[in-house]
Amino acid sequence: MWAFIVRRLVQAIPVLIGISLLTFVLIYYLPADPARMYAGPSATADTVARIRHELGLDQPFWVQYTRYLERLLHGDLGFSYRKQVAVTELILSRLPYTLALIGGGVFVELLIGLTVGIASAIGRGRWMDRVGMLIALLGVSTPSFWLGLLLLYGFGYLIPIFPLSGAGTPLHLVLPAFAAGMGGAAWYARMMRSSMLDVLANDYVRTARGKGARERLVVVRHVLPNALNPIITMAGMDIPWFIGGVVLVERVFNWPGIGRMAVEAIETVDVPLILGTVIFTAAMVVISGILIDVVQGLVDPRIRHQAQSYSSQ
Amino acid sequence: MDREALPPAPDAEVVPRVLKAVAGDDYFTLTWRRLRRDRAAMAGAVLIGLIVIAAILAPWLSPHDPTKQYRDGLTKTGQPLPSTLLTDGTLHFPLGTDPNGRDLLSRILYGARVSLIVGVLANTLAIAIGTLIGSVAGFFGNPLETLLMRFTDIMMAFPTLLLAMTLVAILKPSMWIIIMVIGLVYWTWIARVIYGQVVALRQRDFVVASRAIGSPRWFTLIHHILPQLVPTIIVWGTLGIATNVMLEASLSFLGIGVQPPTPSWGGIIQQGQSFYRTAPWLVVFPGLAIMITIFAFNLLGDGLRDAMDPSQKGRL
Repeated sequence: MWAFIVRRLVQAIPVLIGISLLTFVLIYYLPADPARMYAGPSATADTVARIRHELGLDQPFWVQYTRYLERLLHGDLGFSYRKQVAVTELILSRLPYTLALIGGGVFVELLIGLTVGIASAIGRGRWMDRVGMLIALLGVSTPSFWLGLLLLYGFGYLIPIFPLSGAGTPLHLVLPAFAAGMGGAAWYARMMRSSMLDVLANDYVRTARGKGARERLVVVRHVLPNALNPIITMAGMDIPWFIGGVVLVERVFNWPGIGRMAVEAIETVDVPLILGTVIFTAAMVVISGILIDVVQGLVDPRIRHQAQSYSSQ
Repeated sequence: MDREALPPAPDAEVVPRVLKAVAGDDYFTLTWRRLRRDRAAMAGAVLIGLIVIAAILAPWLSPHDPTKQYRDGLTKTGQPLPSTLLTDGTLHFPLGTDPNGRDLLSRILYGARVSLIVGVLANTLAIAIGTLIGSVAGFFGNPLETLLMRFTDIMMAFPTLLLAMTLVAILKPSMWIIIMVIGLVYWTWIARVIYGQVVALRQRDFVVASRAIGSPRWFTLIHHILPQLVPTIIVWGTLGIATNVMLEASLSFLGIGVQPPTPSWGGIIQQGQSFYRTAPWLVVFPGLAIMITIFAFNLLGDGLRDAMDPSQKGRL
């Protein structure tokens, strides 16, 4: 198991380097001039040139990239000239809110998605399956920001159960978590149903039924553990999309997380903050991908021992 | 051999019919037949047809100019009007007006243009990039395989929407930039799918045979592998439009989509969201338009997948 974890970590290194390189290419070729921003609009050309030299912006690409990488390794994501605060500090101050929203959203996703998926697969072809899958397809087609606004109108304004915006109490989290999680729930319902149907067709399920095991036991003991496997893989691929949904939902509910900060950074053209957020979330995606692989390796020994070439994926 | 001894030449029309009876219908005829029986997929196709017609005929279907601000389009206190159908029973502003006194129905009809153009073109770009990278990586093997698929991994690590909004913001939003950016962030999924298929295909006898008779690799890839990928490309070409319509709406909702006064569905919601308590129609109707469009492409895409690969039927 440890060898597997170490192997996954080593594999992540080139991906992380690639992410930093791509982000740096964006910084390097950006039309916006950091020295000009740092100096302010009224600075003379001489001052800007001096600052450019001090910041090392007149160095060649690879020298600048190496320095950038060195700063990244020390946890330095740059400096927001607009807010006059380090980007890392800004991100860390917003991170707990975003993590809470992600947690709530994933909870909604899995709870509703897996339940509907399992129920649909068991009752395949019957009305519950049909209705469940129609709703799921509608759910995948619903933009999270729109759902968020409808939830706000319905349960924040018409029937004022939940607060209209902001964060702080668990009640604040309910509507945003639903808005962020429902699309994923619909997606997981479809995946779970299809994965269950795959497993239900296996010989060992027929054997279990043949020896007289009760249907509930067959589903819980033999089908579910095997059907969950592809779902865990899906969860890993879903993260980059899920974060996009979180950005929109934070915007709708005025949730003080990283996503709303990123949108504000784009509105104020705060380039270091935008790129800091991009590289931070990308690293988060890579790390959660590793965590998911490790979970999957724990659940299914076949994955730990599988040859790690691309062709086997 | 004596000419007279040959059997009479068969009727020219009979031969294809006999051959067809022996070999069965070709793949696309079969697919079409299966698709036609799929009521959900047909419903999706009809919906898509209606949306396309609405987009093309927007200038004739719209009751008003979508960018004109009407003096009678606001209440005395400057609030957007609800549907005139409900207030005075006329079709003056059938879905109400927006905070600038513009007709909402006209804006939604014109908004279909942006959604469809961006959805279709961005997806075409994504499929072109994804198919190229996925098939080259899958067919040519290492070192291209590792290099290209690692690059795909790196691109996939960036949160899609966040990367798209960063690129659009840096490059300044316009419809063409949005099409380009969505294409550039969305191809990774298609590359993965295509790659997996090509890796499976490259072992098959007809590919090995093509290489064995000395066909160049590019020739084998284009003439023997690519045709096998057409069903996948068609299915993703449909499902991907749904995703890209969603991405465009999300960008517009964040204010970095197609710029005003050009109407786009996400943009209408963005401009109306602060009025959601007093004028919920500003959020409800454009949102419904987005949802129905995405739903229609998903319905057709699901149906196409079932019809093109019946072994997968009913699985997703």
